[in-house]
Amino acid sequence: MATVTGTKKVVGLTGNSAIAYAMKQIDPDVCAAYPITPSTAIMEEFSGYYADGQVSTELIAVESEHSAMSACIGASAAGARVMTATSSQGLALMWEMLYVASGLRLPIVMAVVNRALSAPINIHCDHSDSMGARDSGWIQLYSENVQEAYDNLFQAVRIAEDKRVLTPVMVCMDGFITSHAIENLTLIDDAEVKDFIGEHEPAYSLLDTENPITVGAMTLPDAYMDIKHQQSKAIAASKDVVLEVAKEFEQRFGRSYGLMETYRLEDAEVCVVVLSSAAGTTKVAVDELRSKGKKVGLLKPRLYRPFPHEEIMEALKHCKAICVLDRADSMNGFGGPLFTDIRASLYDAPERPVVINRIFGLGGRDYTAEDAIGVYEELFKVVETGKVERLSAYLGEE
Amino acid sequence: MATLKELSQIEERFTGGHRLCAGCGIPPIMRLILRAAGEHVVATTATGCLEVGTTIYPYTSWRIPWIHSAFENAAATMSGIESAYNVLKRRGKIAQDREIKFLAIGGDGGTYDIGFQALSGALERGHDMVYVCYDNGAYMNTGIQRSGATPFGSATTTSPAGSVHPGKQQRRKDLTRIVAAHRIPYAAQASPHNWRDLEKKAQKAFQIKGACFLNVISPCPLGWYTKPEDSIEDAKLAVETCYWPLYEIEDGVLKINYKPKEKKPIEEWLKKQGRFKHLFKEENRHIIEELQKEVDRDWETLLSLDGKRLF
Repeated sequence: MATVTGTKKVVGLTGNSAIAYAMKQIDPDVCAAYPITPSTAIMEEFSGYYADGQVSTELIAVESEHSAMSACIGASAAGARVMTATSSQGLALMWEMLYVASGLRLPIVMAVVNRALSAPINIHCDHSDSMGARDSGWIQLYSENVQEAYDNLFQAVRIAEDKRVLTPVMVCMDGFITSHAIENLTLIDDAEVKDFIGEHEPAYSLLDTENPITVGAMTLPDAYMDIKHQQSKAIAASKDVVLEVAKEFEQRFGRSYGLMETYRLEDAEVCVVVLSSAAGTTKVAVDELRSKGKKVGLLKPRLYRPFPHEEIMEALKHCKAICVLDRADSMNGFGGPLFTDIRASLYDAPERPVVINRIFGLGGRDYTAEDAIGVYEELFKVVETGKVERLSAYLGEE
Repeated sequence: MATLKELSQIEERFTGGHRLCAGCGIPPIMRLILRAAGEHVVATTATGCLEVGTTIYPYTSWRIPWIHSAFENAAATMSGIESAYNVLKRRGKIAQDREIKFLAIGGDGGTYDIGFQALSGALERGHDMVYVCYDNGAYMNTGIQRSGATPFGSATTTSPAGSVHPGKQQRRKDLTRIVAAHRIPYAAQASPHNWRDLEKKAQKAFQIKGACFLNVISPCPLGWYTKPEDSIEDAKLAVETCYWPLYEIEDGVLKINYKPKEKKPIEEWLKKQGRFKHLFKEENRHIIEELQKEVDRDWETLLSLDGKRLF
């Protein structure tokens, strides 16, 4: 168990410990979870805080992830601030309930420690779990490192509970690479966390027995579509709230967040788009190539759902060629999920860049700065020859 | 114990105008149980007849806070609600003197089968809730498919009365005993025809701290192929034939609440129901005999346990 003493200081923590510590600082009303690698340590450490009375949360050690999300739904509809964590098969087992949580507009916050989906069974990192949930109506924030995962969790609470949003949020970080690696991060003071997240003040609660509400009524064609339309508008509009919350976070704590991070992209000819920890690796390659005078850049989406397609087009439209690196395959014979989204976003660009796709890092396959350099070299070749030999491919494989 | 007149004067919290079928056993069961629940109660219902029939948006039959989230998770959903109550009360967001009761409801499909894991987990964790199963013996909401509660020999749309396989070929689960084996403080079987017994059991279940369980037989004219006006009589026959004994297991001790003076043959219950019609053909008569043997054996076992400690 992580031992963090004092506040507002730089400490070395794993991603899981940082998330557990953030949850301790948030001290949610209810936490329902089930263990699964590599997110298990989050709930183990949080259970330690619970056992020692450092949180006064109701901890429900449920018998499955399906019940974890079901209990979160019940608790959230009862007016509680609710959190959970999971990975991979656990997220897959929750799948049915993810849609119920978002459809009922319940502001649940969940840490997702990204791990490959079976089969074959594999406990290591890729994004096939959260990508499978990308259309479940949850807001998705992806974190490059431990600090980002920690900071994103507090912001997620604010975003989810905002009256204009009322939509659950997943905070994703890479399994093992981030969850189990110790990195330095700056902690926020407990009191400042409380002040930033504020009190949860739900408009309705199942526990308000004087004002009974019916939640989750059977809804027929006369109303179902209107309710989904409201939900669709709310998640689309949450983009502005994400930015507002990020701005306030920066004012208070000095760390800057947006819809995405761009790295040496302004004058780049070629660009890589990649989520989470692989962005850090790619930055090393960018610096190395820049030192040789190559105009390369990087775009790392932070907010993936809703998808900020206009801002992404604006950021990428000047590039000649782009490679989208997907840590998940859509198994559609076309390309990965991030690729199809980025490529579609650029359709309205005045001069469309070439956009190719490489699937990488599945099931924890290593991704190095050399791999990234190889991708940039391939992009320069595309620019030089004007030819795309392979639109979508597995990185490093024929 | 309230009289029927007193009960009728309690404000109705499950209103009419719902879309449940004529003769359905669920509404009288729900009305009785809600009357026993006390002033403040929150309910959740698994997907099924009760949920679909009572909440077509923007209408609701529920004058209490109510939620439906999915089919297999009524017990898990209620675990979250009850936990929210505990913490919000502890944190001063709910008045300290506000006692709220928690009621989770599922049909036999949502309880014996798909919701069984969530139920088992919630019972093991000991949430302070009452779980009520209305057992009509099949997936009636989706059109009468077999469930783990469907009686041996019964015809359903997924165990039809064929020439090779004449109805359901398997015995039903003894869910009440399985639930009791979780060592919960209270589990009971009841029937809507004996409203006094059902009411008493519901009151007991709401008063006892911890997870309590009521399994209530619920006649279904649509799936049983019976007359709507006979439903209460059909429930009574299930008890008089000892197909559905009324008993309770309180703090580990089993008590039979009703022993028929003269146990009626199972045929009397079967012959009124279209779902068993095929059993009366000569070639299927042996199924009735087997069913009778099973009922006899189960009843003898129950008698031998009457007044005994099970755990």
